[in-house]
Amino acid sequence: MEIVAHFEISYYQTLNQASQLVSDSPDFATPDHLIHLYRAMVLNRVFDTKAIALQRTGKIGTYPSTRGQEAVFVGMGDALAKEDVFVPYYRDTAVLLQRGVTMAEILLYWSGDEQGNCFSSGSEDLPFSIPVGSQGLLAAGIATALKIKKEKRAVLTVCGDGATSEGEFYEAINVAGVWGLPVVFVINNNQWAISLSRSAQTAAKTLAQKAIAAGFSGEQVDGNDVIAVRERVGAALKKAREEQVPTLIEILSYRHSDHTTADDASRYEPTGMRDAEWKKEPIQRLRQYLEGLNVWNPSSEEKLQEECVAQVEEAVNIFSSIPLRSPETMFDHLYETLPDVYVKQREQVRSDHE
Amino acid sequence: MSEITLVEAINQALTYEMQKDKSVIVLGEDIAKNGGVFRATVGLLEKFGADRVRDTPLAESMIGGISIGMALQGLKPVAEFQFMGFIYPALNQIINHAARLRHRTLGRLHCPLVFRTPYGCGIHAPEHHSESTEAIFAHIPGLRLVVPSSPLRAYGLLLASIRNPDPVIFLEPSRLYRFAKQAVPDEGQALPLDVCFTLREGTDVSLVTWGAMVKETMAVAEQLEKQGIQAEVIDVATLKPLDMNTILKSVEKTGRCVIIHEAARTGGIGADISAQIAEQGLLFLKAPVQRVTGYDTTVPYPRLEKFYLPSEKQILNAVRFVMEFA
Repeated sequence: MEIVAHFEISYYQTLNQASQLVSDSPDFATPDHLIHLYRAMVLNRVFDTKAIALQRTGKIGTYPSTRGQEAVFVGMGDALAKEDVFVPYYRDTAVLLQRGVTMAEILLYWSGDEQGNCFSSGSEDLPFSIPVGSQGLLAAGIATALKIKKEKRAVLTVCGDGATSEGEFYEAINVAGVWGLPVVFVINNNQWAISLSRSAQTAAKTLAQKAIAAGFSGEQVDGNDVIAVRERVGAALKKAREEQVPTLIEILSYRHSDHTTADDASRYEPTGMRDAEWKKEPIQRLRQYLEGLNVWNPSSEEKLQEECVAQVEEAVNIFSSIPLRSPETMFDHLYETLPDVYVKQREQVRSDHE
Repeated sequence: MSEITLVEAINQALTYEMQKDKSVIVLGEDIAKNGGVFRATVGLLEKFGADRVRDTPLAESMIGGISIGMALQGLKPVAEFQFMGFIYPALNQIINHAARLRHRTLGRLHCPLVFRTPYGCGIHAPEHHSESTEAIFAHIPGLRLVVPSSPLRAYGLLLASIRNPDPVIFLEPSRLYRFAKQAVPDEGQALPLDVCFTLREGTDVSLVTWGAMVKETMAVAEQLEKQGIQAEVIDVATLKPLDMNTILKSVEKTGRCVIIHEAARTGGIGADISAQIAEQGLLFLKAPVQRVTGYDTTVPYPRLEKFYLPSEKQILNAVRFVMEFA
């Protein structure tokens, strides 16, 4: 017997748990840029804390927390170029914020209002995708269009670890490989798909290796290291734009929260696991590094916290001031022009609820 | 002008629109080099190249999803699903994304695309190749559901579907693909969507049908004429949204209605038409509305399929019942 193919999966980290550089610092990672990323992560956490409080007090509906996964989303959001297209799953709040979507829009979405998907930023990005694993195909389709139109733009799409068991995930990476599509698939492997642990999801040693079956490369990145995420996602997007080659990146993170506010992880998460994982969390890791560079100190931290709280409060005020749409508008964007037969139903909504 | 079949009319419409509109992309399994298993897309690859005429890997959900993605970037994908029985894996993409992206983004994004598929039984095909499950799509808000029944209507309705800014499910009756020829002027003239076509006017009974059953229904109308019964034949053509106005006006005139469809009876579109006649036109009726449909069984394998398909005799019996009711 002979070996006909051989594959490897790499793992990338720049800052270790003790905030020490373990790889060369990437070119982008100037102190100013790192402070920019740090601020975005802190804002994400302050927003997340507020969103959970709003859910607990009945101001918004079910909400999926991003706590402890800030580096994943901020790193991706920063790596995207403005002209790229982003196809999120439902936990990508911080990416959308960096894409110009407002916090008020995010809150509107989770309060149950389609206005949250309008993206006043004028973007071509997709809204959150709830049907698990389905959005990778949309990303592949967008990438196909970009390739046909010969536009040098890339598509970034994200899913969770559970989504890699979906057939549509495989269909998406397969077509991306065989058609050479400018798309980057990110798996935010936060170790949990609601209650199912990563080890119960698949016998595969890594999720990154799934790319190999589709004919392109896959790699792992430390998801508590925003520098590493930014660097590898950025490199993959560049490769997609310039060489029309897809990449799969498995970002290793941990879900420091229930799946959503409707979940109770104490039913299945081993005691002590979250506390142990918290030692790796990304905000403290970068803060310690910045302090070591003498570009951050307790007073800059205090100021940032105040700014973030004020910014989130302002967003909550905007969100709270947006009135309920009138009920018959549920028909207004069903088709470009509402067919006559539904015009009658639209009128009926009014009369039924007068 | 030479006469062409329904499947050739599909090809003619695709060719016309691809020529006219560079954003139209045709994709599906075996559609490029092979020209499609029914040859609906034959010659397109040679005319328009591999960027716009794309053989896809064998994955139907993928065909659905990438079509949506392309549509979101301003292209107009016309995707072929090889048989209706194979569109089911794509329902997640069709229902969860195509049908509602406009709605959930309040118009920021939308999906102008056409999903074509051959449907219906009567061509002695293997199992899963004979489905008439159009009611699934009629139930989904945001979709259009269009079914041609002749070469002329296939050409005009497909052009209209491609030009439509919303997702269209376009079901092609495979039994009619090569059944009859018609002269179809290749002038790019679309037919209207969202309206029924009255194929034959009459005063005694309204026969409401679509797709391949138009063939048997028209034959019955001719037989009835010899018996002195004037049947009005309505080809519904767009099953969603449903043009009840035309049907109700006809029933107001005739007072009698027989609905004919190949799909299974329970939950079929005939049930909805019948319910709407009861809701809005009960006092027009001289007899209860009758349905002549496929049985509530899985479509049998080819050796029994002719016993599944509604026959002219069954339609005649239903007409006799409503004529003799009172």
